[in-house]
Formats: sequence, C-alpha cells, structure tokens
Amino acid sequence: MPPLEEVVALFRTKAELVSATVSEVENPMQALEYTVALCDRKQACQLLVAGCDAPLSPKAEDLCDHKQQKVIAAPGLVNGLAEDLQELCDHKGIRLVTGGLREHLAGVDIGLTFVDYGIAETGTLVLDSSNEDLRLATMISEIHIGVLSKSRLRHSAFDLEDELQNSLRTTPNYTAFITGASRTADIERVLALGVHGPLELHILLMEN
Amino acid sequence: MQEVKTLKEYKSNVDGALENEFLRSAMDKFAVAYRTGRANAFAGMDVDSLVAEIAAAKDAAAARMDELYEEFKRSAEKNGTRVHLVSTAREANELIAAIARENEARKIVKSKSMTAEETLLNHHLEAEGFEVTETDLGEWIIQLRGEGPSHMVMPAIHLSRYQVADLFSDVTGQKQDSEIERLVKVARRELRQKYVEADMGISGANFALADTGTIGLATNEGNARLVTTLPRVHVALVGIDKLLPSIHEALLINRALPRNATGQQITSYVTWITGPNACASAPDDTKVMHIVFLDNGRRALAEDPVFSQVLRCVRCGACANVCPVYRMVGGHQYGHIYIGAIGLIVTYFFHGREKARNLVQNCINCGACKAVCAAGIDLPRLIKEVHARVQDEEGHPLTSLLLGKVLRSRKLFHTLLRSARVAQKPMTDETRYLRHLPFVFLKQHDFRALPAIVDRPFRDRWPSLQPKVNNPACRVALFSGCLQDFVYPEQLEAAVDLLTERDVAVEFPRDQSCCGLPVEMMGEKQAAVDVARQNILAMAPDQVDAIVTLCASCANHLKNGYRKIFENDPSMAPKARRFAEKVQPFSVFFDGVLASDSHQLPPSGQKCTYHAPCHLCRGLGVRQAPHDLITKAGLEFVPAEEEETCCGFGGTYSSKFPKISAQILSRKLEDARQTGADVLVTECPGCIMQLRGGAKKRGDRLEVLHIAEALAKNAE
Ligand code: SF4
Ligand code: SF4
Repeated sequence: MPPLEEVVALFRTKAELVSATVSEVENPMQALEYTVALCDRKQACQLLVAGCDAPLSPKAEDLCDHKQQKVIAAPGLVNGLAEDLQELCDHKGIRLVTGGLREHLAGVDIGLTFVDYGIAETGTLVLDSSNEDLRLATMISEIHIGVLSKSRLRHSAFDLEDELQNSLRTTPNYTAFITGASRTADIERVLALGVHGPLELHILLMEN
Repeated sequence: MQEVKTLKEYKSNVDGALENEFLRSAMDKFAVAYRTGRANAFAGMDVDSLVAEIAAAKDAAAARMDELYEEFKRSAEKNGTRVHLVSTAREANELIAAIARENEARKIVKSKSMTAEETLLNHHLEAEGFEVTETDLGEWIIQLRGEGPSHMVMPAIHLSRYQVADLFSDVTGQKQDSEIERLVKVARRELRQKYVEADMGISGANFALADTGTIGLATNEGNARLVTTLPRVHVALVGIDKLLPSIHEALLINRALPRNATGQQITSYVTWITGPNACASAPDDTKVMHIVFLDNGRRALAEDPVFSQVLRCVRCGACANVCPVYRMVGGHQYGHIYIGAIGLIVTYFFHGREKARNLVQNCINCGACKAVCAAGIDLPRLIKEVHARVQDEEGHPLTSLLLGKVLRSRKLFHTLLRSARVAQKPMTDETRYLRHLPFVFLKQHDFRALPAIVDRPFRDRWPSLQPKVNNPACRVALFSGCLQDFVYPEQLEAAVDLLTERDVAVEFPRDQSCCGLPVEMMGEKQAAVDVARQNILAMAPDQVDAIVTLCASCANHLKNGYRKIFENDPSMAPKARRFAEKVQPFSVFFDGVLASDSHQLPPSGQKCTYHAPCHLCRGLGVRQAPHDLITKAGLEFVPAEEEETCCGFGGTYSSKFPKISAQILSRKLEDARQTGADVLVTECPGCIMQLRGGAKKRGDRLEVLHIAEALAKNAE
C-alpha cells in the first residue's frame, strides 16, 4: 500500500468527487461536537429538502406528521460516548436515540456511526451493520456522519479481502459499502441526491 | 416488450419510435455523455486486462455452475437461509407467491431485479392478490405506467420530466411541478410509507458467493437496503449465472460494473447480506430469508460451446449505451425484456424464438457493443448466430436463400451484376447516381443518392492496367470486394497507381469473389463458408507478401471472420490462419510503405475530417494509420466528435431498416459538418456509398473520398 498521507489524500479526493463532505477530527469527542453543531445548524424543518412541503398523498403526509423534534440517531456507541453525546444534545434541545430506530421511520436528522474501514480508491466507507438499528441509522437519516480512523484506511477493496471474508463468515451479517449520498439519475439522467437514503454524507477522518 | 408477430409490424413500431423527438434527443445526449463518462471512470486503468480477468472468472464459474450452487446452498442453509432452484419463470413466480402466502404477507416492496422482470413476477403476484410496489425510482415510474424497462440500468430513460410529473400528479392526487429534484422527493416520501407497511421484500442480486452463502447488491438509491431491512420476509430472486466462488471475483467484477454502466467508480451502496439478519418486526426478531435461483435455460447455455459466454454478462447495460440502433429506436424496440445487444441474444434463450425473430435482424454489426462489453462477449457474432439458428429452424426467406445461391457461384454472381447494370440504365439518367429502385438484388430506399454499377468493372479494366514493376520491393495481391470492383473501380485504380509508384508489385487474382459477409449477415452460414473457401484458394496467400484490400468490412471479414468460420475445421483452419496473417487494410499497408521515406505532400489548404469504419477501428483496431495518411496527403486533419460512430450502412442492413439507417446517417453527417471540414475521408466503399449519397441528398458541400483517392488526388 502507498504511504498513509497519499492514501488519505486519495480517499478525500474520491469521496469529495461523489459530493461527500470530508473533515478531520482529533478524537471521538470532536466527532460528537461536530454532529451536534451540524444538527443545531440544520434548519428547523430540514425535511423541506426531503419532500415534506411537497404535495403528497394523505398517507405519506401522515408519516410526515410523526416527526417534530430534531433527532440524532447514534446506535452502538461505546466507551461512555453515548453519555457524552446525550449531554451535548440536551444542551441544544435535540433528541438522541440509540435504539428502537423503527419508531423513527419518518426520518431522523442525523445518523452517526463509527465505521470499520475506508477504501481510498473509491472514497468508500465500510460498515458492518448487522445490528438493525445501526443499519437503519445509515438508511433513514437525512445526513449520515461516518467517523473513520485513518488507520482503518486501505487503498483498494482487494486490500480488505481477508477482513471482508471474516465478516461474511460471522453470520448473520450485513456489511455495507457506502460511497457518497443516496442518488438517482432515473429521470432524464439528471443527478438527484437523497432519493431513499441520506441526502448528505459527512465523513470525519479521525487521527489514530 | 416485443409482442409483434411479423417483421413488418416490428418495422412499423420501430418507425414510430424514430418519430419520438424526445427519445431521440435524450438518446443522442446520452450517447455522447456516456462515452466521456466511461472514459473518465476507467482513466489510468488497464481495461482490457480487467475485462479478460472478468471473462475468465465468469467462464470458470459457469463451467462449475451446479457445483457452486450446491456449495452456496450448503453455506446458506447452515445460516438458516432457505435456498431453492427453479427451472422455469413460472415455477419461480409460483414459489415466491407460495412463500408470501406461507408467511401471511400481503404487501410487498421490491427493489430492482432484471431477473424478476424476466419472469414477469409482478404480474403474477398482482394476479394472486398481493400488493407489489417497485421502489427503485425508475422501476416505480414504469410500474405505475404499466410498461417494461427501456434500459437495464435506467429503466425510465424514455420518459421526460413532464411525463413523470403528470404521472405523480395522478398518484398523489395533487398537482406536481416538473422540477426533477422535487419529483425525486415526492417519490422519497411516497415510497417511505410503502416500506413501513410492507410484510415482504423482494430483491435481486448482482453476486451470489458460494463459499459464504452471501448475496451482493450494487445500488445507488439505497432502496434495496430498505427492502432487505424493513419487511420481516426477504426473498432474493437470482439468476443462477450470478454464482461466484467467493468475494474475490465479485470485487473484481465490481471494478468494471459501475464504471461501465454509468461512469461511476462505484455505486453509492454495495451491500453484502449473509444469512437472515436481526429484524425487529419479525416474530422472533429474525428475518425469514429465501434465495430463489432461476435456471430458465441458463444451465443448458452453460453447456453450449458457442453461447456459453452469454453467461458472463454482468448486466451493466453498456452494450445498449453505445449501440447506434438502440440510440435511434430506444429500448422498447431493442429487446424484449433484456435490452441492447445482450437482449437480442438472450431473448431467444429466455423468451423464445417468437420474441427474438425480428429483433436479431436489427443489428447493423458495427461492433460497438463488443468493444465496451465488461465481460468481453463477442456480441455481434452471437447475434448473427441466433439469426442463423432462427432461420435454420423456421426456413430461410427467399431473398436470403437466393443471395446465398448466387454468391456460391462467382460466375453467376458476376453475370447477374453485369445484367443489373443494363437494367439500371434507364433509371440513372446516365449520371453516376442510381436515383430510385433496385440496387443490385435488394430493395432500396431513397434516403440517399445511390451510385450506379459501372460499365466496366475493375476486373475488366485489369488486363489493360496490369502494371509492371521492375525489382519490386514486395508483392501484394489486391482483394477488391464487390462494391469497389463493380461500383467504385476508380478507388482501386488510385491504389494501384500509388502502390506501383512505390515499387510494389500488384496482382489481381481473378477467381476472387465476394468476401461473404453479406450472406453471413443474412444468416446464410453455409454460403458464407463456401465463399470463404473459394477466396482462400483464389488469393494464393503463399505467393505474396500481403493481401491488401481497400474495403474495411472485407478486411475484417477476411482477417477475423474467416478464422472463426474455420476454427473447428482441421483441414481449413491452418490455411485460414496463414491467409488471415497476410491480410492488411490499405491504410496500414501503405502507411508502412511510406514509413521508409518522409513522404509529405504540400498542404492543400483543405480541412479534412475522418469517419472510422466500424470494421476498421473496432474490428481490426486500426486507428492511427488513416490519421497519418490524411496528414501525409497534405490535408489539415480536423477530428470529429463521433469519429468512431457507425454511419448506418451495415450492408444489407440499410435496405432492411432504411429509416433507422437514414437517421444514423443524418446524425453522422451533422457531426462531420460541425468540424467545418471540406473533405470527409474514410476507408470503406460501403461507408462511402452511404456518406456520399447522404451528403448529396442533403446538398452538403462535403466531398467524400476514400483515403486512396485523397492521396492520389493531392499527388496530381
Ligand atoms: S453490433 Fe452494433 S448494431 Fe449490433 S447490437 Fe452491437 S452495437 Fe448494436
Ligand atoms: S453483454 Fe456485456 S456490455 Fe452488455 S450488459 Fe452484459 S456485460 Fe454489459
């Protein structure tokens, strides 16, 4: 594999090419602060971009009504990070959910996950999301924030083959490669972001 | 989908599609954008090796299909996944309906699956009373419209934003405006509700990994992730050709698949699912998971020596993206369910001869699909093979039989050509253009001015021409091809002059005949074999240094086609190989001759653009020599944006599908016009006939020349 700085630079270029926002953080605490600040900045009804103001059929409208407060979903946090995040959220009047994501299918504002690996060649995050709440956090949130340790960065997918093989052997397993936001070009081949999944992907590269 | 019965009905549908302005301009934009996007995505990569690796991996997997299935079943069932193998589309649909009933599922969400399109799964489930919702945006749109896909990757590419806005207005009962961004958001919210309510999710799979019992899905929208997560039951319907030994092969394919499909380095999501995952809506918190492998003729294909390579296909859709005919007529007329070059072929195997019969005739044999195929499938050849099989099964049409018969006897063929010259007299007004009516033996149409058969074909001029070269540098045999022999002998004369001046001794073996490509294109395989054998003997390859031809299509057929024709004939194969080694297109040979001196004619002040004949650039990989010769002829070379796009001739194709041919031609001439060139040079008499005739008909002031003519003209 090429030297780390090169791999980091390549990762950043490739991720930004697919309109991911890439930033650097020193430690997990900074990642939490980034998350809460981003959520706080987010418009009161970010759902605007997600189609809440669109004229919808009555049933789809109902689903919209379910969501009122800003929500951050962060399942699977360890080492007391959940408590730290709770404190930051309370401060800003944001609701934090760490489980039971199915109650929030109308959408959450931000899903925060610590991902397993990164693939520089394509700007991809790799996340073992066998945990259903973790999986949903990356699917139903409007903004997905993935925190990636630089030490977990690899050059190509082939450099991860052994690790992937191991994951697939530990069943059941649901492993996701995530590159940029959810996208479609199904209408007149015009690119539109956020068709079913997140509208934005933020990647926080963390020092080791 | 193709429901038409006769070729006539099919042509009338095609003509209808040609009049769809929106489709045409959308397709034109797409064709140009795709080329750039693909090139960028593969920048710096060794694409040929990657394609070869994928082909080898898929071939190896197809050869072990049953074994891989058993292994997959063992691994997956150990994890609690139920694995099934069904032999027909109907069985697949019935099994999936039974799974839904057994699990008391009523509402179903689906993510995109070409295999489910193949079996018409939705129709079946809906008829059984299930509510099925497609969640891929494009699939949802066509489902709501009651249509089939018009592209394997972009199923709704035939629709405009206005049509989608109208559709969504109906669905929501609210007026929707046509801004794409907003339409996408409407779908987001409307479909989110469907996931919430669904009991069962149906997906396809891009990969099935035997060693771990994993399925892999490549998607952009993220709908497949929701479909495989939210409902309590997950059924994956997978073509058995998707089986691979392990994730290694899948990662390999995934390097090419998104790049080739849409010019993306990777899709937004690649999902690997192994076993029934946790699912909070399921009774015991674990999903019910079934994987249904569909055979539907694939296992027999794996055994077929000619067609097994069809199973390499990774469904990237690229063969449609670059196809000049697809571009003109759109997916609904260029496939039944599977679309593009691969669609023409697999329709025969998956959906039967009825559906394939007309489609396989609508290939111009330009080779653009083969050149981009992610799996290196020889698509044009297989299309011709299917055409030949259909004719063998149903009987050959009279014209095709006749042409086959005529061509087998060189003397008869040439006599007929000569009498055709007499017959055309009253119609050509003594000009060089045949204005109407029959060109040679086939019906023609007047979208371009057609040249006449000359009074004295090249073969009659040869005895008086026969140049003498003392101390020749080398000896060549000239292969004239019918079109130059009987219509454009002056191109051959120009070449003979150029070669003689450079001390090349030229011979013209008189027993040569048509190369045989036209009969092969019409599905007359035996006639093609007979003619090939005659030519190999007639050209006496062992007595010359090279066999030179000015016709790109002949060159490609003599060099590549003959080798294929005789590959399984031990007595002819070595001869065909030695013959093929000698064959050279004129530009390559003459550029080589000129290389020994610094030949350069003085600048003529004229701008010249180039049309690359399909069989030269893709068939033979010749790209540089014609460019060099244009400059050496003293012309200023101005490249066209779509230099390598087919001109629409395709031999007999242009008389079978004249309207498509005319549309392709007009696009081509427009591209040449935009370069501001005075001269358009090419290296194939067929292309010249098409381009010169089209330019004349349009009244363009564009001079269309064979490269040999351009060189000779400026040397005067
Ligand atoms: S050879 Fe040309 S016309 Fe035929 S299917 Fe391929 S791209 Fe289309
Ligand atoms: S035949 Fe080749 S180009 Fe066409 S879809 Fe299959 S892999 Fe892609």
